[in-house]
Amino acid sequence: MTRQTQGNPDAREVVLAARNVAKSYGNVHALKGVNFDIHRGQVTTLFGENGAGKSTLMKILSGVIRPTAGQIILDGRPVVFANANEARDRGISIIHQELSLTPNLSVRDNIFMGRELRGPLGVDFAEEERQVHALMEELEEEIDPLTPVEELRLGQQQIVEIARALSVDSRILIMDEPTSALSASEVEVLFKVIRDLTARGVSIVYISHHLEEALTITDHAVVLRDGTMTANAPRADIDLDWIVRNMVGENYDLGSPPDSHRRGVALSIRNLSVPDATGKDLVRGLSLDLRAGEIVCIYGLMGAGRTELLETCAGRLRATGGEIVLEGQEISHLSIAERIARGLALVPEDRQRDGLVQTMSVGQNLSLASIRRFTRGLFTSSRAEKALIDDSIRSVTVKTSGGGAPIGSLSGGNQQKVVIGKMLATKPRVIMLDEPSRGIDIGAKAEVFRLLAQGARQGLAVLYSTSEVGECLSVAHRIIVMHKGRISAEFDCTVSKEKIMAASGESVAA
Amino acid sequence: MSATTTAPAPKSGGFSLGRLLLEGRAFFALIAIIAVFSALSPNYFTVSNFLIMSSQVAIYGILSVGMLLVILNGGIDLSVGSILALCGVCAGAMMQGVELPWAGVILYPPVWAVVVLTVAIGALVGALNGVLVAFFKVPPFVATLGVMYVARGVALLMTNGLTYNNLRGSEALGNTGFNWLGFNRLWGIPISVIVLAVVAVLAGLMLSRSAFGRWLYASGGNERAAELSGVPTRLVKITVYTVSGALAAVAGLVLASQLTSAGPTAGTTYELTAIAAVVIGGAALTGGRGGVRGTMLGAFVIGFLSAGLVIIGVSSYWQTVFTGAVIVLAVLMNSIQYGRGGRKT
Repeated sequence: MTRQTQGNPDAREVVLAARNVAKSYGNVHALKGVNFDIHRGQVTTLFGENGAGKSTLMKILSGVIRPTAGQIILDGRPVVFANANEARDRGISIIHQELSLTPNLSVRDNIFMGRELRGPLGVDFAEEERQVHALMEELEEEIDPLTPVEELRLGQQQIVEIARALSVDSRILIMDEPTSALSASEVEVLFKVIRDLTARGVSIVYISHHLEEALTITDHAVVLRDGTMTANAPRADIDLDWIVRNMVGENYDLGSPPDSHRRGVALSIRNLSVPDATGKDLVRGLSLDLRAGEIVCIYGLMGAGRTELLETCAGRLRATGGEIVLEGQEISHLSIAERIARGLALVPEDRQRDGLVQTMSVGQNLSLASIRRFTRGLFTSSRAEKALIDDSIRSVTVKTSGGGAPIGSLSGGNQQKVVIGKMLATKPRVIMLDEPSRGIDIGAKAEVFRLLAQGARQGLAVLYSTSEVGECLSVAHRIIVMHKGRISAEFDCTVSKEKIMAASGESVAA
Repeated sequence: MSATTTAPAPKSGGFSLGRLLLEGRAFFALIAIIAVFSALSPNYFTVSNFLIMSSQVAIYGILSVGMLLVILNGGIDLSVGSILALCGVCAGAMMQGVELPWAGVILYPPVWAVVVLTVAIGALVGALNGVLVAFFKVPPFVATLGVMYVARGVALLMTNGLTYNNLRGSEALGNTGFNWLGFNRLWGIPISVIVLAVVAVLAGLMLSRSAFGRWLYASGGNERAAELSGVPTRLVKITVYTVSGALAAVAGLVLASQLTSAGPTAGTTYELTAIAAVVIGGAALTGGRGGVRGTMLGAFVIGFLSAGLVIIGVSSYWQTVFTGAVIVLAVLMNSIQYGRGGRKT
């Protein structure tokens, strides 16, 4: 169906195309013959669950890996890229999901890493600095070129990464989840830059799990499922339901608050203050009660203090003031292990950094927090451990070949379930989850929320944080909005998304 | 074959093909070394030679078990060679008698007390490493480098650079028997080899079966995740350095007993040999991967290789070259092993 109206993305010239591209790793078929077009000056968004093959396809297009079959066609001619540098020289840049910056070097040195501008006296730092200033102006970010990258917030580091891709004059820019760590205002800046770039004729390929956000910027949507393309349409023809339907192949629902019996206060936070390294308070005199059987959601932007609040309750950070009372007992002076033993568990935000031990198997990760439960005298009992692991794998429905599989063999969603399963195995009475849905697909999200609802029905007190409004209105009985270290509003589950966003200090997008 | 029976192989809990291949590498290297030297020299493949070689390996082997624990934790212990010397000198000093000027007496502690005190001194110096690393956040390389110099210096100060040559004790003072450790045999096997076997089996059981072993692997693999899972990561750190120091003291006692002398320059560069044994055994210097079985094979590969070169009359300079080549080869294979399938998200 070709409609020759102006502005119809199908009518625009195709700059880069994949024809029947397939990629296999042994018996695993990551991509099964995908056709994919990138149009000049358009934003093409790739939708799909984790493991659908989005990242594999992007890595093929940007020359990072080579396909097992099929062709890449650039400007109408077939090309083979030996590596990512060759693709970059032809105008194709990729910004990876995991940042690839050197934290100890300055912003300037990172942006020009590997292609320093040479002057008569070695590197022309002045010219580099000038160009970085120009780039930052374009991005409307006030980042000094000489700041070491490690001193920047995650969102700013992402901006630096984007600036680096822009600095090589890319015609095709591939962004793999560029907004996952950005605040709403930073996302606005990024989208403005994307619009400027497309107006100049640059093509953008965009991957995001944040569907609503992606819909506001995209011109063209492509949906992948299990390595094949299930749908492909211009923006005008689609909506959120269409994407979700094609992604998961069925109606999805993040659930509703369980009708659990809410009992006495399980966790009580009284007037808690947490400073950062410089002594500035990240959490300021915050008080919060959580009842057994209740699910409370904390919504807030990056830097609102959500992570600090949860990590202080878990014992990683020290509070300067206030009390943390677990089932009537003050626990501020206890170690992390003692808090876990008393029934307070945290599922951290960054599962690669804080959640998983990559050198251990799925089973050893699951049993890590409850080793004492299968220790008999001096030694661990491998039978008791296996029972615990099998039990955990079943109850949190981890898709794995068994407890002995390496943790790296699991998809992001299943890894997250392992981290949750590990903490649930400690039989907690209060579980805190910091952004449990970060970087996992809709199917896995729904399962995570189902687990929370199931726990609440059994009397577990659940506190989770999120930066996606849609997730506040799923299983939570109460929604707490944090802004600059304080609670700025509290709602029940009938509130609208707009009200939540307004209370967080976020400007509501039109 | 006595060579492999003296290498203890504690049964590991997780038994996967990957681990088998990883440790198999060092095993095949050992077989190859034994085969080559047996063909080159008629004296190599004899029970008595294997026992002599094994009692030499024992020193490095005991050190490398301690080193393995530290490396599994993601650290490194450069001080073991110096602790070995310091403990040897301390033992030697105690055998000469401890003079208490205020009481006007000279104490001659019995040998068992010398052994206990010496191991305690080693553990104490090791604990100092652990405290520096765990509480003062000094990088392990720097902390143990400093302690390496201090321990060596103290050993030199204690003897003014001289060596204690008389460790025999005397019947009259009731402190004989120090050379039992280095010279005696039980069921025909040198005591030092039995000590190594006991140390290795205990360490293997601890790693594969105890909660502490699991804590160690977890905190070496990802310390932040381990901490948030309730693992007492600081306690684990201090413990591994303490155990490493204590084992260095044991090695120091065995060495002093074998040589019937204790000098402040003993054990120079032994820490590097211990690290090499751990690396050849397939452990990752980044922590979290490795096992006692591999480390033992690594120690025997180094020991049997250098002994074999001596037997066939190759110059000691060439020995150094060969040992270095084996280490480089081992690290190369480790990186191939971990590079494949290691980085996958």
